[in-house]
Amino acid sequence: MTDSAALLNKHSFVELGARQRAKALLDAGTFRELLDPFQRVMSPWLERQGVVPQADDGVVIAKGLLDGLPVVIAAIEGAFQGGSLGEVGGAKIAGALELAAEDNRNGIPTCAVLLLETGGVRLQEANLGLAAIADIHAAIVDLQRYQPVVGVVAGSVGCFGGMSIAAALCSYLLVTQEARLGLNGPQVIEQEAGIEEYDSRDRPFIWSLTGGEQRFASGLVDRYVGDDVAKIRQQVGELLQQGLPVQPRSQRAEWFLQRLASLDTQAQIEPSVVRGLYQGERS
Amino acid sequence: METLSFEFPAGQPPRGRALVGCVGSGDLEVLIEPGLTGKLTINVQTSVNGAQQRWQHLFARMFDGTTPPAMAIDIHDFGATPGVVRLRLEQGFEEIGHD
Amino acid sequence: MSGYSLRGLNWFNALSMGAKAVDGLPPSLRVADADLGRFIAVVADPDNRFPRARNGEVGLLEGWGLAKAVDDAINADRENAQKRPIIAIVDVPSQAYGRREEALGIHQALAGAADSYARARLAGHPVIALLVGKAMSGAFLAHGYQANRIIALRDPGVMVHAMGKASAARVTLRSVEELEALAASVPPMAYDIDSYASLGLLWETLSVQQIEQPTTEDLARVTECLKQAINDVTGSDLKGRLGASNRAASSRVRELLRAQW
Repeated sequence: MTDSAALLNKHSFVELGARQRAKALLDAGTFRELLDPFQRVMSPWLERQGVVPQADDGVVIAKGLLDGLPVVIAAIEGAFQGGSLGEVGGAKIAGALELAAEDNRNGIPTCAVLLLETGGVRLQEANLGLAAIADIHAAIVDLQRYQPVVGVVAGSVGCFGGMSIAAALCSYLLVTQEARLGLNGPQVIEQEAGIEEYDSRDRPFIWSLTGGEQRFASGLVDRYVGDDVAKIRQQVGELLQQGLPVQPRSQRAEWFLQRLASLDTQAQIEPSVVRGLYQGERS
Repeated sequence: METLSFEFPAGQPPRGRALVGCVGSGDLEVLIEPGLTGKLTINVQTSVNGAQQRWQHLFARMFDGTTPPAMAIDIHDFGATPGVVRLRLEQGFEEIGHD
Repeated sequence: MSGYSLRGLNWFNALSMGAKAVDGLPPSLRVADADLGRFIAVVADPDNRFPRARNGEVGLLEGWGLAKAVDDAINADRENAQKRPIIAIVDVPSQAYGRREEALGIHQALAGAADSYARARLAGHPVIALLVGKAMSGAFLAHGYQANRIIALRDPGVMVHAMGKASAARVTLRSVEELEALAASVPPMAYDIDSYASLGLLWETLSVQQIEQPTTEDLARVTECLKQAINDVTGSDLKGRLGASNRAASSRVRELLRAQW
């Protein structure tokens, strides 16, 4: 295939909305949405604060098959309120994961894929967003006793706040070059710690620390894929087939503590130092 | 934020329903469902206040000289331009037509 | 640098009096096995190797250290029918904000802590969170929010929130005054513990005489409450947090999902 033909055949995943992403990952004809937008289960908190709601509260829950495996997908719409999670959207994700775990206890091997584009808690619903995210954490830990939970951060919002913790709890994590993954948003760090510590307007600096490529090179995610629907679909399928990881990243406290103990924290950190610290001994 | 309601004469309800767009910056979400025979109702929630006339003109122009299907339309608008509103509505009409 | 809170440390010392300290953990953690169970607190360490985590923030060492402290209890009790209770004493002003933290994956460290607390709960350890000071955002997600039961002391300094007021105002493009006015009418946005309680997330709120340094009476009262909470734990999930009218949508969404599953 020539380069231009390859380019024409490539379909961007990043450009797709949440519902299209979920559809693109599921086997043809198997997509079934739960609490679809026509049911209008919307945020009870946004309107009274003068914020226009969205019919699905920015979260799509779909059941279907992925390479023949029963899967539930939770996809966050990054374009609505920055992908922030409020009470309804958060409960949709937590509730779906809880039911997937229950399926497994009843002998149905439902696994989960989370499509994460989110700044974290929706501040208009603050404590209810935070509580929902704690529920999501609980449900991921429960479900992945039985089946893998695969997280995908494709971009362009990235994955931050409490949902970056959810991403880090996943059995496997897949990112593209367009993804950023980190706990705190750049502006908040700059506000709390000062511009010397973190210059939120220095984009190359921020990408060099939290971008998908760096996260992969540091071993903080499992797959680094081009922005292409077919490739992402294939890799998610592979990860689901792989079954549970031997030791999930979030259960490697001893290893991380040991690595951090060997770090010189006097000097400010560089991306290469992180790669060396976390990946040096693996290869 | 403002909530607006509009009504136009219409024909028969369509069979299908459609969802297009998203409540993102400069965009809107349009939900179209079958309405009551003879009536087209539109509910708009918009982040832009004081634009009642603009919406009225836009809809009036779109349905001028035609008898639209009897639809119940819900719009969640986040500052879309009239061009984008028109585009989304046309996308939605096309989708219900396909059903 | 502003002063840091000593509440967590003081309550830890009082509650774990005479107990055996668990060592091998970062200096910013206090862990001890007392009669009631394993007490865990994150405390300020002015000499923390990570400068952005010197005021009691939950940073890289704290996240992974909490995970280790909890894992240790899970492993020790693996063969025991009776699992020791784990009590998180919560006085955490925030997660750590810094370049090292982001670069080294603080999100992963906090996930380590949340994972361990959740696994302890699933393994049958009664996990209790006792809020004696701030329980903010990512710090609370890592230390306390996975508990079966959350108990808060009733005091203006005890607060749960997703973001500090100044940052929240900035992000939502409001003034702090506007934010406060809004918070007064929107319970999930409020910073006080009574508004938080109205969301149904707390098992109990408790008044004490001296929040900073508990009296003997305070200690007896809180100990009794912790005992009751431990005995109250039956299941290993978080369903007990659902049901409040200010959190009705969370229940309704689950009912609808189940019906359509």
